[in-house]
Amino acid sequence: MSKNKTTRRDFLFTATYAVGAVGVGATVWPMIDQMNPDASVKALASTEVDVSSLTPGNTITVLWRGKPVFIRRRTQEEISEAKSVKMEELKHPEKDEDRAKDPEWLVMLGVCTHLGCVPLNDKGDYNGWFCPCHGSHYDISGRIRKGPAPTNMEIPKYEFVNTNTIKIG
Amino acid sequence: MSDQNYIPKSKFGKWFNDRLPLLTLASHLTDYPTPKNLNYWWTFGGILTFCLITQIVTGLTLAMHYIAHADMAFESVEHIMRDVNYGWLIRYIHANGASMFFLAVYIHIFRSLFYGSYKSPREIIWILGIIIYLLMMAAAFMGYVLPWGQMSFWGATVITNLFSAIPLVGEGIVTWLWGGYSVDNPTLTRFFTLHYLIPFLILGLVVLHIWALHVPGNNNPVGIDIQKPSKDTVPFHPYIVIKDGFALLMFMIVFAFFVFYTPNILGHADNYIEANPLVTPAHIVPEWYLLPFYAILRSVPDKLLGVIAMLSAILILAALPWLDTSKIRSAVFRPLYKQFYWILVADVLILGYVGAMPAEGLYLLIARIATTYYFLHFLVILPILGFREKTLPVPMSITEPVLGGSPNLAMAKSNESIKR
Repeated sequence: MSKNKTTRRDFLFTATYAVGAVGVGATVWPMIDQMNPDASVKALASTEVDVSSLTPGNTITVLWRGKPVFIRRRTQEEISEAKSVKMEELKHPEKDEDRAKDPEWLVMLGVCTHLGCVPLNDKGDYNGWFCPCHGSHYDISGRIRKGPAPTNMEIPKYEFVNTNTIKIG
Repeated sequence: MSDQNYIPKSKFGKWFNDRLPLLTLASHLTDYPTPKNLNYWWTFGGILTFCLITQIVTGLTLAMHYIAHADMAFESVEHIMRDVNYGWLIRYIHANGASMFFLAVYIHIFRSLFYGSYKSPREIIWILGIIIYLLMMAAAFMGYVLPWGQMSFWGATVITNLFSAIPLVGEGIVTWLWGGYSVDNPTLTRFFTLHYLIPFLILGLVVLHIWALHVPGNNNPVGIDIQKPSKDTVPFHPYIVIKDGFALLMFMIVFAFFVFYTPNILGHADNYIEANPLVTPAHIVPEWYLLPFYAILRSVPDKLLGVIAMLSAILILAALPWLDTSKIRSAVFRPLYKQFYWILVADVLILGYVGAMPAEGLYLLIARIATTYYFLHFLVILPILGFREKTLPVPMSITEPVLGGSPNLAMAKSNESIKR
């Protein structure tokens, strides 16, 4: 039997390895996927917040999917400050209009994009937020201005159900 | 090596040993020839074994009372501290035991660095040691999460978020690690499972570590091979057993001091506040044994590069046997390396210090310089030093400096011939 001739046995080996690999993959995948968010975690997808008592210049923090969400009712000065920033100055350029549909209301995930700490309100060099963990400064639009965080704080999906209620998620 | 043809004295022993040669193994371990010049820095292997067993035993007993649930974990730890008989003692031994474990492992690692124990033919022992060290860090980190205090929660958040630096798949990996959209109950239960598993993985690796050690035998303070086992070595038992035992007693005094007099000094007060996902503590710092790597992470202004630098700082150690080009093992005969060694020790201590300080101003500058030097030491200084350094003459045998005790080579040799 010549060495380079494909035999029936070679075919059987290859077929066995292939079926075996599929079997191992099909067994391992459930073991890995069980760690992903389960149905009960996914079910808590949205939350409604009453914002009627929030006065301009103040922020409330609510919990959505286990994460804090900042809702800030901004003053006129803060809105004009957020709008006046030039795009060239930003590490992650985003217009304030794109971040706050209604400029008076800024709704964003209160999670530092560096390593996930909760930034502090009304702190930092840009009149916005400051993350105490590794020193990231955010402006009044939640955009990263200084420090190790790579991107602006995330804006979740949200909408006004009525004038007093915001639905997040 | 030791006597492979061991025959048990008793008839039952012989019958048993023919079927499972455990007695041959025991005889190998007791007779194992050990260089007779080992100093006290060599006792930390035994001390580390003690630490591992202490952690496993106290951990098992704590697990009988701890409840791995986000709503109950914090209270169950307080329950252990207040209600469980001797719960306070067991928990303080376990918590301080982690610190003692790292104290011993750092001495063990730096002993290896000083005497060149990682060099041929001991590379595999060294690499197994690095894997054990990585697993120790994983176990310590997950264990710190279990009390579900503020530092537990935010430490877990920060460390798991390191994976989000990976391009494209990072966010998916973090969600998978969490089992949700933030650190929460699913994260706690899986951390408990892994924290329970890892010590047994370490135990298995320790067996391999010792097995790999028993193939070439111990390195020693002069860093040369054993010439004549009958002259250069002593049997492990009783000589090393007694020496290790004495060192272990000294170590246990330090251990007991922390457990009984300052059980919380190595922890953070914030961890006695229950986890709150809405408030990050003002100053997050890891446990002291992770501070140098934390300083390296923070000294890089870019997220992904910071994570890479931190991981490289540990993984670079695995390449050390090939980065150090010098044929001479022991720093005793390497006058230049000896100086760089102590600079590295100082550098790591400085990194640890700035890791505990806020990452700004002068601290940040110092952290950057120290980080640069750390990598410079391994990637530039060590490879060049092997070629450039003029080393001192090494002794002919382990016995020579032991018996000679004088720098006079001729005298030492004549002493040897008298002995002969």
